[in-house]
Amino acid sequence: TAIGAMDKEYVGFAALPNQLHRKSVKKGFDFTLMVAGESGLGKSTLINSLFLTNLYEDRQIPEASARLTQTLTIERRGVEIEEGGIKVKLTVVDTPGFGDSVDCSDCWLPVVRFIEEQFEQYLRDESGLNRKNIQDSRVHCCLYFISPFGRGLRPLDVAFLRAVHEKVNIIPVIGKADALMPKETQALKQKIREQLKEEEINIYQFPECDSDEDEDFKRQDAEMKESIPFAVVGSCEVVRDGGPRPVRGRHYSWGTVEVENPHHCDFLNLRRMLVQTHLQDLKEVTHDLLYEGYRARCLQSLARPGARDRASRSKLSRQSATEIPLPMLPLADTEKLIREKDEELRRMQEMLEKMQAQMQLSQAQGEQSDAL
Amino acid sequence: MSKGLPETRTDAAMSELVPEPRPKPAVPMKPIGINPNLLGYIGIDTIIEQMRKKTMKTGFDFNIMVVGQSGLGKSTLVNTLFKSQVSRKASSWNREEKIPKTVEIKAIGHVIEEGGVKMKLTVIDTPGFGDQINNENCWEPIEKYINEQYEKFLKEEVNIARKKRIPDTRVHCCLYFISPTGHSLRPLDLEFMKHLSKVVNIIPVIAKADTMTLEEKSEFKQRVRKELEVNGIEFYPQKEFDEDLEDKTENDKIRESMPFAVVGSDKEYQVNGKRVLGRKTPWGIIEVENLNHCEFALLRDFVIRTHLQDLKEVTHNIHYETYRAKRLNDNGGLPPGEGLLGTVLPPVPATPCPTAE
Repeated sequence: TAIGAMDKEYVGFAALPNQLHRKSVKKGFDFTLMVAGESGLGKSTLINSLFLTNLYEDRQIPEASARLTQTLTIERRGVEIEEGGIKVKLTVVDTPGFGDSVDCSDCWLPVVRFIEEQFEQYLRDESGLNRKNIQDSRVHCCLYFISPFGRGLRPLDVAFLRAVHEKVNIIPVIGKADALMPKETQALKQKIREQLKEEEINIYQFPECDSDEDEDFKRQDAEMKESIPFAVVGSCEVVRDGGPRPVRGRHYSWGTVEVENPHHCDFLNLRRMLVQTHLQDLKEVTHDLLYEGYRARCLQSLARPGARDRASRSKLSRQSATEIPLPMLPLADTEKLIREKDEELRRMQEMLEKMQAQMQLSQAQGEQSDAL
Repeated sequence: MSKGLPETRTDAAMSELVPEPRPKPAVPMKPIGINPNLLGYIGIDTIIEQMRKKTMKTGFDFNIMVVGQSGLGKSTLVNTLFKSQVSRKASSWNREEKIPKTVEIKAIGHVIEEGGVKMKLTVIDTPGFGDQINNENCWEPIEKYINEQYEKFLKEEVNIARKKRIPDTRVHCCLYFISPTGHSLRPLDLEFMKHLSKVVNIIPVIAKADTMTLEEKSEFKQRVRKELEVNGIEFYPQKEFDEDLEDKTENDKIRESMPFAVVGSDKEYQVNGKRVLGRKTPWGIIEVENLNHCEFALLRDFVIRTHLQDLKEVTHNIHYETYRAKRLNDNGGLPPGEGLLGTVLPPVPATPCPTAE
């Protein structure tokens, strides 16, 4: 609809969403997704299935004897995906080695550190002088894989989730869900939901759908929320089922699991909720809630260096972002940050004064030459 | 290998009825040759039938241990193997089943009967293994339990007044459950098997194998076998104990197809007009006893139908003897405990014995 030809009654800012859309298409979109969980739960296969790519071609899986002394590493893999004219720069963060060793005590600490480092980097960039091209490397979402072979969350799962739930959006998934019969899946999901509540772990809350949506949509939305944690199966292999079109799945002697069949697993639900509807919301929650929480804690503990620990666990909700009790951050880091900022400011100040002096000098010289 | 055919290996069969070592005869027997030109029928071959009758009367015992992370279907598999509820499942979702903080050893005995033969089956469960965040040395309680049973047997054996049949609580077989990650063994699996393969017969199985396609199964098995070989871990049937060529050929075939990828179930479904044990999913029914679906039948035949007796013999003749030799050596050639006065024992040969560490 051409704005010029519109009625004189309209102001015309209804076209704003289109403008935003055009701008964001031009700018592109970046998203950082972390996958965590012990090895062998189908994480890489699921990522490949979700984004129809082959991110893990060059991966070498080490043998057990090599993993005896392995510590957790953080790996980043980037891929640019284009669809319908929209470019997405997707970064997938892996945590190989998690949950592998015989002694996994504190093995989640490098992951927590990594997430906080991204926040630190953003804080630094945001407080800096050149803010035009801030790279957002913050982790927007963490897909945590739970084993279908256990009886719910294991002690290691609980420890990891407790360590990161206030720093990143967690979406729990049950990997290799074709190991379970339907009743077993339901029971496992129920158990996990109970455990999450018991351990007071905050997972990502999918927002309520608009009240003006139709009943069907609302019902579908409610069903999707009921199926969390998502029980997923991934595959990049196409199995011809004898039907009209080829399907992606896993072929067994007793039947074929279809990845995109909602009666077989929740892959479609996950893809819909993660990629098709809530990608933007995940970024916003990361920025407005999780990052702001980190920033507030950071700066608050600078303002009051003697601030003591408040409640050991804070409950974050969308409305109470400003009422977070403030745990103490390591002072060394934040003091360093402040010193760096001061340093920068002073340098900029000096440069500014120099430039001003320069300008005055050239002005004066100019006047002189005019006068001459 | 006892296959029900008449054999001249009487030692093997006799140990079932008389577990303690027999005293040597005072006068050496003259070698007796088989005379093919016997004019009549003597009836020596009925000894097999006599032994069978005795076995049926006395029954026999079998002790099987299951080790693996919780949720891998250990209890279900044992119940499926012996077609009885011999292992209490901890997997009922309604119960508040907390993971124990340390590894516990729970031994439950049942008497089951089939075809007139009574078996006292003891299932030894090890809840808590591999479930903690820090699983260092979590195999130690298990090793301790196994050695304690050897010690119990040894004490009985060196008594002056011995029981006619020493109760055998030694672990004859340890089923180790490998998680079907599809990648490789986990470090904990390696550590456990390294420590325990010299102390007890370990049979590794791949649990909940219905998540792997045929290709994935065979690749995984190959990788697991290679890893075990590279680390010097010998699972049962161990190559070094093959007695003759016949054994070796049979066992080679079995070794090549291990670890068996199994699925267990206690539910029955109707398939093609028959009731079968299986798991029903939206994409098909997995039949536990169908060799195209999983290798449960191979495991069952191996452990119960062909090698049950051999498992007991290897435990008695090799693992127990190793323990005994080590104990006697440690004690300066003397047996431990009371009952030493007046006992004359042959000197223990000073051969280095493989340690359990």
